[in-house]
Amino acid sequence: MIVQALAFYMFAFIAVAAGVMVISARNPVHSVLFLILAFFNSAGLFVLMGAEFLAMILIIVYVGAVAVLFMFVVMMLDINFAELRQGFLHYLPIGGMIGLVLLAEILVIVGGWIMAPEAAKTAMAPAPDALTNTRALGELIYTHYIFLFQAAGVVLLIAMIGAIVLTHRRRKGLRKQKIADQVRRRPEDTVEVRNVETGKGI
Amino acid sequence: MPIAEVPNLIPALPEIFMVTVAMALLMLGVFQREGDGAATVQTARWISYLGAITLMLALLLLLTVAGGRLVGFSGLFVSDSFAVFFKTLVLIGAAMAIVLSPAYLEHQGIARFEYVVLILFATTGMMVMISANDLISLYLGLEIQSLSLYVIAAFQRDDIRSAEAGLKYFVLGALASGMLLYGSSLVYGFAGTTNFDALAAVFHAGEGNAPALGVIVGIVFILAGMAFKVSAAPFHMWTPDVYEGAPTPFTAFFSVAPKIAALALLVRIMIGPFGELVDQWRQIVMFLSIASMVLGAFAAINQRNIKRMMAYSSIGHVGYALIGLAVGTEAGVQGIMVYMAIYLFMNLGAFACILGMRRGERMLENIGDLAGLSRTHPMLALAMAIFMFSMAGIPPLAGFFGKFYIFLAAIEAELYALAVIGVLASVVAAFYYLRIVKIMYFDQPAEPLNRPIGREIAAVLLASSLIIVFFFAYPAPILAAAAAASATLF
Repeated sequence: MIVQALAFYMFAFIAVAAGVMVISARNPVHSVLFLILAFFNSAGLFVLMGAEFLAMILIIVYVGAVAVLFMFVVMMLDINFAELRQGFLHYLPIGGMIGLVLLAEILVIVGGWIMAPEAAKTAMAPAPDALTNTRALGELIYTHYIFLFQAAGVVLLIAMIGAIVLTHRRRKGLRKQKIADQVRRRPEDTVEVRNVETGKGI
Repeated sequence: MPIAEVPNLIPALPEIFMVTVAMALLMLGVFQREGDGAATVQTARWISYLGAITLMLALLLLLTVAGGRLVGFSGLFVSDSFAVFFKTLVLIGAAMAIVLSPAYLEHQGIARFEYVVLILFATTGMMVMISANDLISLYLGLEIQSLSLYVIAAFQRDDIRSAEAGLKYFVLGALASGMLLYGSSLVYGFAGTTNFDALAAVFHAGEGNAPALGVIVGIVFILAGMAFKVSAAPFHMWTPDVYEGAPTPFTAFFSVAPKIAALALLVRIMIGPFGELVDQWRQIVMFLSIASMVLGAFAAINQRNIKRMMAYSSIGHVGYALIGLAVGTEAGVQGIMVYMAIYLFMNLGAFACILGMRRGERMLENIGDLAGLSRTHPMLALAMAIFMFSMAGIPPLAGFFGKFYIFLAAIEAELYALAVIGVLASVVAAFYYLRIVKIMYFDQPAEPLNRPIGREIAAVLLASSLIIVFFFAYPAPILAAAAAASATLF
């Protein structure tokens, strides 16, 4: 138990510290690297809770895809982050005020929170009947929630169509690779054997 | 967890059909031989015809499947006569918008087949929203719809206003989705379920006791998110810019179908699962309603661009419809349904008129360009006048009956203040509707607009103005359908 508690505090501390570094690091590339660190530690927290599937998804999707994409964006777009951050002090009072209001609201809600007695038990048992996470999720997603699964697929399809519609341009004079033409080419069409006399060009 | 049965696909057949055909049309379009500009335009044109036919077939399928309350997919999806009524409106709106589109798109040089495919997907999303019986399917339907709409709003991507419209709508729409999700998570956390039927049971069981504070905060967030989607004031800021920037036939679609779907969803969720908590949310809906009516009436007066004016007008119309929800009775819901059915035809007709405003190579959007239309295009001016009179609520046109049923429901429920403010706001709104009629009939004509205006536009104009003019003679079908549909919610 003590090991678990220690692991929890380690992961939680590093995750929060990395989160702070994401917004305070001067170099945007460092920010993204700290973001990746935060993701890894959150994944560790998930493992501690027994949600190993979520932990793996977090690493594969967020670290593997999203963070790397961020990295590309940060490195390829020439964004002047110092300039972006200049307004920070300027907006601090109003931002802080909104933060305080939100904090007060959260406190009010948490104050009115009554946990159902059986809720605690379900929260402690992420996977029913000693199934693995993946299997438990699979049994739900493809049966009870097949409708939502398919609808989410449609959402992704629309996102793809949208990205292509809004950015793809058909330009003239592009030289595309035509594999059929390449395969059809015979040596006779392109290679010519000539007898070159010594000391003369063609 | 019991072993899941094979899902019952019958209730969702129209949606499944739409998605399948939309994907098939996408493949057809993508695999067309790459050609010059003319070939692209041709492809876009026949795919848009196929799209309109698809919508009609889906409507047919919808009416065939309809009957009773069908629940499918483990309670995630419901098809009842309430859903059928609103889906019919959405499908008609989408089909008319597709019919109006090709001529405009070809003229602007943005004719691409993806436009129709995206409209089909958006329509499917709306149908899923209308049929949602769970907070998760509500959200997914909303996202299918919104994501397609973001893209179409920016479809004219070389035009800076269209790009701005798309971006603005995207950022604010994402914010609204976030609020909706946050509210849903609160409701789930405090009620322990996302299913509408189960939620209704939970709140019904706690009758008399005040619900947990978290539930109320959740409902407020859900309401705010939905108010963004129906563009009710004070969540309306994006509306005029998006209406102005988006391609005009899309604005026509945008001003009717998503609004009808979101309003249906709002009614379903507020009357269904949160019906027991009507005292908690009534004030909010009343505020949204009054703010929208007043803002729609006053802000439209100063507009010179007719698309912007229509945007404010649509905000006002949403305000009137929300009266029906604030009332929260069967009569109120019936009023909303009749109002939205009439609004669909009024608005589509008015936008068809706007699409007819072209001089030379330019599309016109200023109200002043309509001057003297009655002398150059008597029929177009007559149609526009009919729609404007109807929107102002002058009897015996259909718009009057829409407002009449809403106000009647408000008075029956003894919400006199709401009804009085509604009537006053519609008097103010009548000013800018009638000003258009005055400009068309009494001002000196400017340069004439192009003739002819196009067969598709003429057909839509004819159909919608006939419905608006003769609604009073034979209102029974719409009234009866609305009555039957609203009865299923209570």
